[in-house]
Amino acid sequence: MATFFGEVVVAPSRAGLDEEEEAREETPEDREIRREIEKKREVDVLWTWRSGGCAEEPLVCSRFIVAIGRNAAAFLSSFILDSVCWEVVGVVKLWNEWCRTSSTTNVLPTDSFCLFYRLISDPTVLLCQCSCYVAEDQQFQWLEKVFGSMQKKGLQVTILSTCPVADYKTQESTLTLVSPFLRALKTKEFQEQVCCPLLEQPNIVRDLPAA
Amino acid sequence: MFIPCDRGGGPAAPDFKGFTLLMPAVSVGNVGQLAIDLVISTLDMTKVGYFYTDCLVPMVGNNPYATAEENSTELSINAEVYSLPSKKLVVLQIRSPFIKNKYRPFCETLLSWVKSSKCARVVLLSSSHAYQRDDEQLLGTPLRYLLTPDLEKAVGGRMKELNWKEMERVAAYPGISDTDKVLHIPGGGITKLLFTESCSEGIQMAVLLKFCSEGDNIPDAFVLVNYLNVWLQLIKSEVNPSSQWKIPSSWRLLFGNGLPPALF
Repeated sequence: MATFFGEVVVAPSRAGLDEEEEAREETPEDREIRREIEKKREVDVLWTWRSGGCAEEPLVCSRFIVAIGRNAAAFLSSFILDSVCWEVVGVVKLWNEWCRTSSTTNVLPTDSFCLFYRLISDPTVLLCQCSCYVAEDQQFQWLEKVFGSMQKKGLQVTILSTCPVADYKTQESTLTLVSPFLRALKTKEFQEQVCCPLLEQPNIVRDLPAA
Repeated sequence: MFIPCDRGGGPAAPDFKGFTLLMPAVSVGNVGQLAIDLVISTLDMTKVGYFYTDCLVPMVGNNPYATAEENSTELSINAEVYSLPSKKLVVLQIRSPFIKNKYRPFCETLLSWVKSSKCARVVLLSSSHAYQRDDEQLLGTPLRYLLTPDLEKAVGGRMKELNWKEMERVAAYPGISDTDKVLHIPGGGITKLLFTESCSEGIQMAVLLKFCSEGDNIPDAFVLVNYLNVWLQLIKSEVNPSSQWKIPSSWRLLFGNGLPPALF
C-alpha cells in the first residue's frame, strides 16, 4: 500500500486485524486459552515500601516523573538518580513477546525493567524508569494499576520519552533538521512555562506515553 | 465509558436524546475516519467528551482541527465525541486501531451507551476491500448501504427513492449453490459485528460503505461523505459538494515530509 519512507506500518492494512478472526464465536477451549494468555500477560505492580496484608492506602504523591524507553531511562540514570537521594519503592513485573521484567530491584542498565523511586528528602516525589516495552494490551492495565495506587489530587505528572526523528512530520526534510530536539504536549490544567515548543500537528504520540 | 468534558458552568453531561450518532469503523483505507474528520471540521463541531476505553491503542496529539495558533494546543486522544445540537448530531471519532480481542467488548459497551443516552439512530461509515468484489459488484457504484430492521421501516423508502444499492449477501460456502446467504464485509473492521449486534438489540443503525483499496484515500472520503450528505443533508450540496467540505489541518503531510535538497 502507499506509504512513505520512514513510516513503519505494522499491520497489512491500516484497518488492522482481520475481523473474521474477531467475529468468530469463542469455544470453551478458546476461552480457556485466552484466559491463560491474559493471566500470563497480567501486569503486577509491587510496592516494596508496603508490608503485605495491611490495608492499601494510596501513595501520597505531588510530582510523578515517568521515563519511558531506554533513552529516557538512561537520562534519569545519568543525571538524576543516585543511591544517596533516591530509594527504590516499587517494581513492575510483566511479560510480553518483546521482554520480560522480574520483581528484582537490582538491575543492570541493559536489562528490561520498570522501577519506581522516591526522593528521600521529599517522599511525595516519585520517579519511574520504564525501559521495558509495555505491549498494547498491557498499557491500560499498567496505567490503572500504577495510578490506582496513588492519591491524584494536586498531582503533577511529567512524562519523558523519545521518538525517532524519521517519524517526525514536517514541511522540510528531516535530513536538514538539527536533532535531537524537544517537543511537548500539555494538558490545559498545566499552567507552568513549558521549556520547549509544543508538538505541531499532524504529529502524534502513541503507546504508553500516550496512555 | 463516556467522560464528558469539563465545561465549567454548563450541565453535567450533554443530552443526546433523539440525536443521530455518526461514527466510523476503523476499516480499509480509514475512509470512515477521514469522512468523519471532514464532517467535524466543516461543521466546526464542539468536543463534548471522550471515551475512556482499553479497547483502542492509546494516542495523543494536539488539536487536529486547529485553524489558528490559539486553538491549536488542546489535547486530542483516540476516541472523542463531538456534538452539534442544532442538527441533533453527535459524532464519535476513532483515531487508532483496535487492540486484539477487544472488538466485541467495545461493540457491547458502545451499544449500551447508545441505549442509555437514548440516541435515535446510529450511522456507521465504513469501507470494504475493493479486490473482494464479485463480477457484478465491479460494475456500477462502489457505494453500498445496510439498514437494521428497525431503521428499514423508517427510512427504507428513502433509500429506494435515492436509488441506493443495498450491500449484497454472499453464499456462506462459495461454489455451493444452495447455501445460506450471509453478510461479508472484508476489511470492514467492526462493521459486521456492530451491525449484527444492532439488529439483535433492536437499535436503528445504518451502515454506509465504499469499496476501496489502501492508497490515497482522500477522494474515497469525499465520495463517502457526499453519499452521506445526500441522505442527511448536513451541508448544502447544490453546487459542487466536494468544495464545501473543509479539510482539517491534521491532513497535512499524509504522505511524508519535504524532500532533502541534497537529493537533486
